[in-house]
Amino acid sequence: MVVFGQFLEVLIGGLLAGVLYSLVALGFVLIFKASGVFNFAQGAMVLVAGLALVRSLDFMVARGVPTWAAIVLGLLFAATVMAITAALVQRLVLGPLVNQDGLSLFMATIGITFILEGAGQMIFGSDVYPLSLFPTDAWFMFENAFPGGILVNKLDVWGGLIAGALVAGLAVFFQRTKTGRALRAVADDHAAAESVGIPITWIWFVVWLVAGLVALVAATVWGTKLGVQFSITFLALKALPVLIIGGFTSVPGAIVGGLIVGAGEKLAEAFLGQHIGGGIEYWFAYVLALAVLLVRPQGLFGERLIERI
Amino acid sequence: MNAVAPAAQSAPTPPILSLKNIEVIYDHVILVLKGVSLDVAEGGIVALLGANGAGKSTTLKAISNLLHSERGEVTKGAINFKGERVDGQTPNSMVRRGCVHVMEGRHCFGHLTVEDNLMTGAYTRRDGGAAIRQDLEMIYGYFPRLKERRQSLAGYISGGEQQMTAIGRALMSRPRMMLLDEPSMGLAPQLVEQIFEITKRINEEQGVSVLLAEQNTNMALKYANYGYILETGRVVLDGEAKALRENADVAEFYLGVGGGERESFRDVKHYKRRKRWLA
Repeated sequence: MVVFGQFLEVLIGGLLAGVLYSLVALGFVLIFKASGVFNFAQGAMVLVAGLALVRSLDFMVARGVPTWAAIVLGLLFAATVMAITAALVQRLVLGPLVNQDGLSLFMATIGITFILEGAGQMIFGSDVYPLSLFPTDAWFMFENAFPGGILVNKLDVWGGLIAGALVAGLAVFFQRTKTGRALRAVADDHAAAESVGIPITWIWFVVWLVAGLVALVAATVWGTKLGVQFSITFLALKALPVLIIGGFTSVPGAIVGGLIVGAGEKLAEAFLGQHIGGGIEYWFAYVLALAVLLVRPQGLFGERLIERI
Repeated sequence: MNAVAPAAQSAPTPPILSLKNIEVIYDHVILVLKGVSLDVAEGGIVALLGANGAGKSTTLKAISNLLHSERGEVTKGAINFKGERVDGQTPNSMVRRGCVHVMEGRHCFGHLTVEDNLMTGAYTRRDGGAAIRQDLEMIYGYFPRLKERRQSLAGYISGGEQQMTAIGRALMSRPRMMLLDEPSMGLAPQLVEQIFEITKRINEEQGVSVLLAEQNTNMALKYANYGYILETGRVVLDGEAKALRENADVAEFYLGVGGGERESFRDVKHYKRRKRWLA
């Protein structure tokens, strides 16, 4: 019973931590689907969103703005920063590189990463800034069933709820709105979308904006967990195995991939770690991704390639 | 003088679309169109004929400006649509002006349903949901097959149904002019006939002018009023569809009737010498 309780605790913790990987991976998937760009800068976008939020919050709170107003204004400010970022990326990078090779676009996003990191820290500072939007204390559940109960972090639960709401919102946006339909059309066939009058530069801006807002959501949760700091950029590297496992073009894939990676690495650390020496958490996801690549290269939810013969 | 005379003498209505000596260069170096001029009369069907690589698709893309995303550019000449100069407009602006491009190879959105495909065509419209629903029904009227398959993913329907979807999708933008690129590609002859019939009906009933790029010369000249023949980026011959059908050279080069050493208009001196922009 104790082992099972421990298993459940690790599993729940892992799944909820995985939600955060999902949030970052989601930003990748949105941009990749709509413009074929593998956006290496997604991690840097989380950093910039977090910095914009936390610094504007600190600024306003220090000047006596009530907390709730400061949070609303701070979120608005950060969203505006992400909108400006999206517009600049579209205008200065993607526009001139239209119809170029995927690898060129990928390299351009590496450049965007450096610029975002540099600009973000130049404008907002480079310290670790604590963010406390959500409660971070622990919660004990099922104390009757297991001795000592199961410890669940409230922040992780909040993260899960927010991610769920975000995914539901995105699903409605994609399936039910005119712009959402246009986004799916652009993802399928740029040229055909252009031929029926869908303004492709506007659609790309919308996609980068949505990815920026997803980054902002990820930043609120990650920032509360670890403080807003430079290392958030490296989230991009953790999102990579998530994408390989889930499939690069699938929104549900990003979610499930994130959950698998989150739960997998925590479980591996807790139960395998003691046998082979610990520290598994840091590389487990990559090994898992490698295994998936060998068996199912398009990922679990990768695009069904529709091809008529 | 009687009252009829001035009317009979008045100039014909100006063409809805007019290209004057346009030149297209891809990637700043590859010269594809070397001075193409053509007119499409309001309400007419004009065929643009020629072999692979003659520049038919490029001409259509120059008009709709899908060229831009293929790194191509109109470097000389002028394109007029409804009396306004439109070269360099975005594809979005061309669709809003009423000129829509149905691309070669159908290009349906494979992961969207047939109905969603049609609805994407209405993206530029601002006249409300009711009018859009009404047009959707009108398109199902022209293509009853699409109504049966409205919930199927467009990637899984047959080639003929995809061509119908592509044309229907373009019609959803309420165009005055449709640029139709190789609707016969890869389709059975019977189906090609059916598609051309419907195109003709749309042309007559909706008053949509059509510029039709085709390799199927025979079929295209049957439905068009007027035709232009392109070769390596130049117009080498044009005329009423009837005259072209009866032209011995056209019959020899494009319909495979008769035969001889000559395989294209390039081998006939007077066509090569003809400079259309001086005419």
